[in-house]
Amino acid sequence: MSDLSTRERVHPGSAPGEDFHLEIVGDGDFQTADMKLSIGPAHPATHGVFRIVLEMDGERVTGARPVIGYMHRGFEKLAEHRDYRQIKALVNRHDWLSGFSNELGVALAVERMMEMEVPDRAQWIRMLLAEWNRILNHLMFIGSYAIELGAITPMFYAFREREDIQHLLESATGGRLHFTYNQVGGLKIDLPKGFLRQSTELSALIRKRVPDYHDLVLGNDIFQARTVGVGPLPPEVALSLGVTGPTLHATGVPEDSRVTEPYLKYGEIDVDVPVGENGDSFDRFYCLLARISASLDIIDQIHDHLPAGPVNTKLPKMVKAPEGATYLRTENPLGQLGYWLESDGGRTPWRLKMRTPSFSNVQAIPYLLEGVLVPDAIAVLGSVFFVVGDIDR
Amino acid sequence: MATTSPPGVGLMKGLAVTIKHLFRYPATQMYPKERPDLPPRTRGVIALMDENCTVCMLCSRECPDWCIYIDSHKETVPPAKEGGRARTRNVLDRFAIDFSLCMYCGICVEVCPFDALWWSPEFEYAEYEIDGLLHEMGKLREWMDTVPPPPPLDAGAVPPAEAADAIAKKEKELEAEAAKQQETEAKEQEAAAPADGGDGKPKKAEVKVEGAGEIDQETYDQLIAEGKSERIARSKAKAAWVRKEKERLAAEQEAGGGDDAPAEKPKAADVHVEAGEIDQETYDQLIAEGKSERMARAKAKAAYVRKQKAKLAEEAAAGGGDDGDGGAASSEAAGDEAPEDAEAAEPKQGKLADVHVEGAGEIDQETFDQLIAEGKSERIARSKAKAAWVRKQKQAQLEEGGGS
Amino acid sequence: MSEVLWNTAASFTAQSTSITTFDSFAVSVVVKIAFALGLFFVVPIVGGYLEHKVMGRMQARRGPVEAGPFGTLQLVADGIKFIQKEDVIPRAADRWVFAAAPGVALVPGMLIFLVLPFGPGVFALDLELGLFYALAISSVSVLGILMGGWASANKFSLIGGLRAGGQLIAYELPLILAAITVAVQAGTLSLVGIVEAQATFMLPGTEINVWYVFPQILGFGIFFLAAMAELSRPPFDMPIADSELVFGYMTEYTGIKFAMFLLTEYGGMILMSALMVVLYLGGWQLLPGVPLPGCEGTGGLFDCGVTGTLLGVGITLGKIMALVFLMVWARVAYPRLREDQLQRFAWLVLVPLALLNLALVGVAKVVF
Ligand code: SF4
Ligand code: SF4
Repeated sequence: MSDLSTRERVHPGSAPGEDFHLEIVGDGDFQTADMKLSIGPAHPATHGVFRIVLEMDGERVTGARPVIGYMHRGFEKLAEHRDYRQIKALVNRHDWLSGFSNELGVALAVERMMEMEVPDRAQWIRMLLAEWNRILNHLMFIGSYAIELGAITPMFYAFREREDIQHLLESATGGRLHFTYNQVGGLKIDLPKGFLRQSTELSALIRKRVPDYHDLVLGNDIFQARTVGVGPLPPEVALSLGVTGPTLHATGVPEDSRVTEPYLKYGEIDVDVPVGENGDSFDRFYCLLARISASLDIIDQIHDHLPAGPVNTKLPKMVKAPEGATYLRTENPLGQLGYWLESDGGRTPWRLKMRTPSFSNVQAIPYLLEGVLVPDAIAVLGSVFFVVGDIDR
Repeated sequence: MATTSPPGVGLMKGLAVTIKHLFRYPATQMYPKERPDLPPRTRGVIALMDENCTVCMLCSRECPDWCIYIDSHKETVPPAKEGGRARTRNVLDRFAIDFSLCMYCGICVEVCPFDALWWSPEFEYAEYEIDGLLHEMGKLREWMDTVPPPPPLDAGAVPPAEAADAIAKKEKELEAEAAKQQETEAKEQEAAAPADGGDGKPKKAEVKVEGAGEIDQETYDQLIAEGKSERIARSKAKAAWVRKEKERLAAEQEAGGGDDAPAEKPKAADVHVEAGEIDQETYDQLIAEGKSERMARAKAKAAYVRKQKAKLAEEAAAGGGDDGDGGAASSEAAGDEAPEDAEAAEPKQGKLADVHVEGAGEIDQETFDQLIAEGKSERIARSKAKAAWVRKQKQAQLEEGGGS
Repeated sequence: MSEVLWNTAASFTAQSTSITTFDSFAVSVVVKIAFALGLFFVVPIVGGYLEHKVMGRMQARRGPVEAGPFGTLQLVADGIKFIQKEDVIPRAADRWVFAAAPGVALVPGMLIFLVLPFGPGVFALDLELGLFYALAISSVSVLGILMGGWASANKFSLIGGLRAGGQLIAYELPLILAAITVAVQAGTLSLVGIVEAQATFMLPGTEINVWYVFPQILGFGIFFLAAMAELSRPPFDMPIADSELVFGYMTEYTGIKFAMFLLTEYGGMILMSALMVVLYLGGWQLLPGVPLPGCEGTGGLFDCGVTGTLLGVGITLGKIMALVFLMVWARVAYPRLREDQLQRFAWLVLVPLALLNLALVGVAKVVF
């Protein structure tokens, strides 16, 4: 560190209200300073513009502070000026890996406000697609987490699977990430012919490929050496921070709104929620991987249940939620997604508050990072699954 | 959960998984050489059928990004009859979508009440300059050629109401007819298969469900004469039409086809589908006569198609030239896309939303006028006129076939 | 003058004749340098292509396909691309050290190619101290990496450079211990001599000729792992660790300098593989005890005629590529270890094992 001041000039790294200058300790020739390492906003491990400032003593992290907001797009405000159909196109972009589940949340909230009966078939199809969406999301994180630990191959396998699933969903919805397939009262249009056959085949295919991930990642000795016991999160801390989804399940708490507060038709089928024991990085990854199999089980059950019938209800010319408010939560791939929808009876919401899983999950990061090594910091950061757009909205 | 296998086993398994893939065929799609196989619902680019657009502005108002730009002007049409009111109508001057802003949400396509907007799976329109992403009317119209027919729905789906009725009636009363139709279906598949495997079937199904309107005039007249209800007559006539069309296609194919015949086969089945372009003269005349805008439009459309057919037939007879301009027949709007031959109109068929009153629309102007003059009800006149149109079209095509 | 130099140089070399030796000293020097450089630039590119392709297929991809037939010229195209790129030097960087670092890392690799035997008579120099020379020179590249990490004025680079320093020093030890064991068994430090010794090594009490990999399978394993760590190849790529340190000591490098670092890595892969081939896998022999065609009369190792020589070179390259394949395979299959786990592995596992290996071989050498 020949010239600290030069470096500070070059990287003034300032965030509002934060002094990033180094604290000098000791005197005379023995002055030392803890290093501050700014991971992000553009860093390979943050997959998005997320920043985390580490205070380090050597390679050991003594403090961590996530800096969020680089990707704030004002979704909540935007939603106040969009009608419900437009909001649907908006919300599948805050967590771009769970587009379907997001728009589902809005549709359900509006339907609840309007006390609308949604046809059975639409509900089953929504579940089917939501579960496929969940797998799509988890595959992404399986690949990216492996990359963070230096294993490049699982990413390619995961993307091969994702491609197949996206193709399937595209044949029904027309989109690969942003599905915009829900509408208030049901779905835009019924599934195309052959979709169910393809869906059945794909579920069998992916089931066949899941063991590869167990062999390549989960069962790998190096992977276990890197993750077991790294970044353990006690259940009470997780609960108090509002952590949900696989990150919470890893701590052994099986809170999942598909089970505890079933929406759609989840009450009529078996939903398996895999849980971990220690809440460490390994368990978090394990939960993610196990949820793929669990979702495949659900998909197979849906195939057996799917009734015939209409998929949408007749809508008034302009969808208006009646005056009032509701809070609706759904189990998104990354955790609990809540929409607080308040309406003054107009065609746009008066307020749409989002409780996004990623935002709550990253609250655990400062707790988890304290005292770990830099490489472990990455292993922990990657295992608290988040999407930056979902944090910043 | 941490596996209990002895150390090293996990490492070996990792090696095994990767070596297994070394001998598998890679999943890569060699993109520019190998085309991706995109489903028909893919939201790739928005196509505009401008002659359907009534400048209602719904799309541009509903677009969350406000990236649809529409300019129009009102034209006053003088009253048709003495003492009538002068009418105004909207004429589309500009319709542009800025794809650099578009978020591909599909709301515009969803809300358009006149089926003027369509999704096409085409996606290769990247540009070096961002201005290039602003697609004006002409370009949007060109995308129409790439719009695939919508896929048939899943077996558990509820078909649109009117199609459901037709199907139910048909099943009850016209089993024999249905059997025949199945036969033709099979035939069509055969005819379509060599050209474009996947497409044949969906189109077929669509013809059936959708009721896009082509009927066989003879059959229709005969059934009406027999006192059958309009609806039944219509569906039978439709079936008959399909059958005949198939036969014609088959005959064409046997005759050695034309230069581009095989590629056009599946599309040829849709030739008659509402072609969209309107015939300016007819339109003006009808408006002048005080007909409603909508009716005038529909008639003018039919007239256009008729003329176009006639022209094509002539051309074919003359040994086929390049497809020229629509000539005098074309309106300003039609002028833009006259170079496409009738096959270009193909995609119009389909889509559930396609149930607006005009139906498929082509009618024979003369017949219609004559019947109205005879005091028949509008509906009868219309359907007969439609039938007449089909008849004429067939004649034209017969000539075309004879000529080649 | 040249006579004196030549004699001095010759006094360090062993007796075997090389095809690059000519009567004129000047010609000899030029030919030898051209030989080493040629190999240095060509063989790593072949190795790199192998890595691209194998890695691609193992990951359900195709690897390069566009540049040249089957993508064979991909690395050449990459090189051209790197040359065209802007050469960015960070403002806060220590300019000269920053600029010199890639060279310091690269040149030792080139120098080692001088002593590597690739076939019967196909080598530039047969130094008496060949093995010693190779190991000594190879550790110089650490310096280049440290320099790059330090001079970049980037925290990630610094951490990467320091990790590299720690890692390379830790793994130098087992590497050298394993290599020494071979030298003990062969009784020579000359690389050509070691190949020769393997051709005549019989399993004690029998007439079966084997390569050193059989008696020293432990040493081979240690050498292989240590070599991967030396090269910062995954799963030991913590100095680069792209998901943690962006690109470690290479983070700030662009263009041709970055390409030099990359070439160092590929060159190093070839070099370490070649050393393993020489030390453990019998050099250019096809099978233990089977002389190459054309040189049966001369002990099966030298003066083999054109066919025999070409075959010998082919065999060496084949063995090198097989080892490169193993390294690539490990890269594809495994995640990365943690720095402290790596150090622990070196000091607590590899070093004791290497010492044990040395002791065993020493005792065996005395007994038999
Ligand atoms: S797809 Fe959506 S964003 Fe694009 S033009 Fe249509 S309404 Fe606007
Ligand atoms: S909604 Fe349809 S008819 Fe109305 S302006 Fe848009 S394209 Fe034209």
